[in-house]
Amino acid sequence: MLDLSRYQSIGEALRDALDKFSGEVCLIEADREREKERLTYRDFKERAHALSKALQDGGFSAGDRASIIMTNQSKWLISAYAIFFAGGVLVPLDYKLTPDEQWQLLKHSGASVLVTEYPIWRQLGGSPGRLAVGNAQTVLVTEAPANCDLAGAQRWEEFRGASEPVFVAHKRTDTACIVYSSGTGGRPKGCMMTHENYLEQCVALTSIYPFWPGVRYLSILPTNHAIDFMVGFFGPFTCGATVVHLRTLRPEYVREAFPKYRITYVSLVPLVLKNLQKGLQARLDALPLGKRKVFNVLVGINKTLTKSQPRLGISRRLLKQVHEAFGGELRAIIVGGAFSEPQTLQFFYDLGIPVANGYGLTEAGTAITVNDLKPFRADTVGKPLPGMEVRIVNPSADGVGEVSVRSKTVMAGYLNEPELTAETIVDGWLLTGDLGRFDEAGHLQLTGRKKNMIVTEEGKNIYPEDIETVFESLPVKEFCVFAANYIWPKRSMVGEKLVLVLHLEPGQPYGEELHREINARNNRLLNYKRIHGVVRLDEDFPRTASLKIKRNVLAERLAKLDSAAAILPL
Amino acid sequence: MRTLEQTTQEVLDLAAKHFQLPAGTLAPGDDFFKKLGIDSLQTLEMLSRLENHFGIELPDYEVQGVSDFKTLAERIQSRL
Repeated sequence: MLDLSRYQSIGEALRDALDKFSGEVCLIEADREREKERLTYRDFKERAHALSKALQDGGFSAGDRASIIMTNQSKWLISAYAIFFAGGVLVPLDYKLTPDEQWQLLKHSGASVLVTEYPIWRQLGGSPGRLAVGNAQTVLVTEAPANCDLAGAQRWEEFRGASEPVFVAHKRTDTACIVYSSGTGGRPKGCMMTHENYLEQCVALTSIYPFWPGVRYLSILPTNHAIDFMVGFFGPFTCGATVVHLRTLRPEYVREAFPKYRITYVSLVPLVLKNLQKGLQARLDALPLGKRKVFNVLVGINKTLTKSQPRLGISRRLLKQVHEAFGGELRAIIVGGAFSEPQTLQFFYDLGIPVANGYGLTEAGTAITVNDLKPFRADTVGKPLPGMEVRIVNPSADGVGEVSVRSKTVMAGYLNEPELTAETIVDGWLLTGDLGRFDEAGHLQLTGRKKNMIVTEEGKNIYPEDIETVFESLPVKEFCVFAANYIWPKRSMVGEKLVLVLHLEPGQPYGEELHREINARNNRLLNYKRIHGVVRLDEDFPRTASLKIKRNVLAERLAKLDSAAAILPL
Repeated sequence: MRTLEQTTQEVLDLAAKHFQLPAGTLAPGDDFFKKLGIDSLQTLEMLSRLENHFGIELPDYEVQGVSDFKTLAERIQSRL
């Protein structure tokens, strides 16, 4: 691995990595059973430099912003490096957002360049949101069919400079990326992540989960997500490892990829981990009784032998068939993006597959804590990573309070939001809005949220304010969306739901017509953003002088209701 | 060549079979996330079954944001 303490920027570190590991394979791209591409670090450098030069020829310079909206593939990483090499700031956006949401964030970010895929551009180009965006004048589109209408974009594959680009240096404190943690429907939260944030996080993470040439990381989480950007790009590249991309995330192809590419690490959100568990459990249940008994005995022996720490060699021999289904070289499954159920984590650990459960948020630079597996604990999110100071603010008698963090990985602030930044980072401490406590062993246990939001099992952060727009002009006196867990804390962060609080007009019934209208509007939202139920409150919502709803006061009033009876399911 | 109506009916029948529901339970306009209570991964599994039946490949991006059977059938029809 490179000694990252010597570097000032992501671009500088990657530049050296591409030379140091030039003959190693850095990327493999597969589409179903077909391998589409296999690139060495040398190949990667050639393609990225040609793109970087073309960007520079077009006037792209230090501090300019360029956005990427792509699925996980080689051109994502090549484009990102080309942008860093030219001194740009990367704005990675979620390809699963709607076109209007993407245009909204593009506008907010001020990106002058957009790199995207043809199918995404087809939707973006025809979206009315485009009309309101004056920036993003240069659009590069990958894999566009011959003779198609590019709607003002240029082909990525043909956007190449003829000579070598000029490397643009940065200071550690300069912004490297603007990563949106939320705000598609309201106030965009663009986290300004510095080069130092990434360099320091990479050192911390790889000290526990190291990469080296020959390690193969299966990249499934979207690369715009902080976790995959770190462990599916920057981390493995600075160590000469290989990243494997799949162009489809159908569960059967994901399962096949493990043995086919002999995967070493993978990062998953809890939803995918549970799907893997379900598949494995079904296979185990299908074993004949005799084999099943033998298998259970072997699992029992494995549990005893791995009680204090993982022993991969032993587990792979004891439970050979399970490990071979994962390729035989899997060292750990990194799980993040949302809270995982302890029984799912324990299921894998009992089979000798370590699950690196952790906790983090974009604002803190990927991960704050991670399970170091010494010993494995399914009931916590692990210990703070090296370099992370974590403290509990205003703890209650049982030690529960708001988790706050101070470290070199904490963002510089929110783009164009000094007030919000000042509320979030106080005296150098990032207030996470999550509630938790430390146990005697120094492990962090999360117990709920202080902030009004949910995180889905797919790792999506949903803020109620962001989805309220879909209910605008609903024929009621007033309404407000809340995370049920914020009103009625249940000391669990699994299965979080959103509720719509309604205050009806005097004498207005909650009838079939209104119910249908709410359902129709709810269905316009992406499935993971939908509200779960309706809560009626027959009193005026508390409001500020400027008529904004005082959400915290309203939540306190709602908390007096019995949640089971108050939530009318949709 | 199938008509869109035929394709839609086959999609509904296969989805019902996949999730072990009686035939005729599902309607073209049904939101499958809501009606079946499934998540995005279960949707992908259902798509694989539909691909095998129709003998096509449906890239993930083609079904991004699709949540009802009618639209799904249209996407399939365009690739037949």
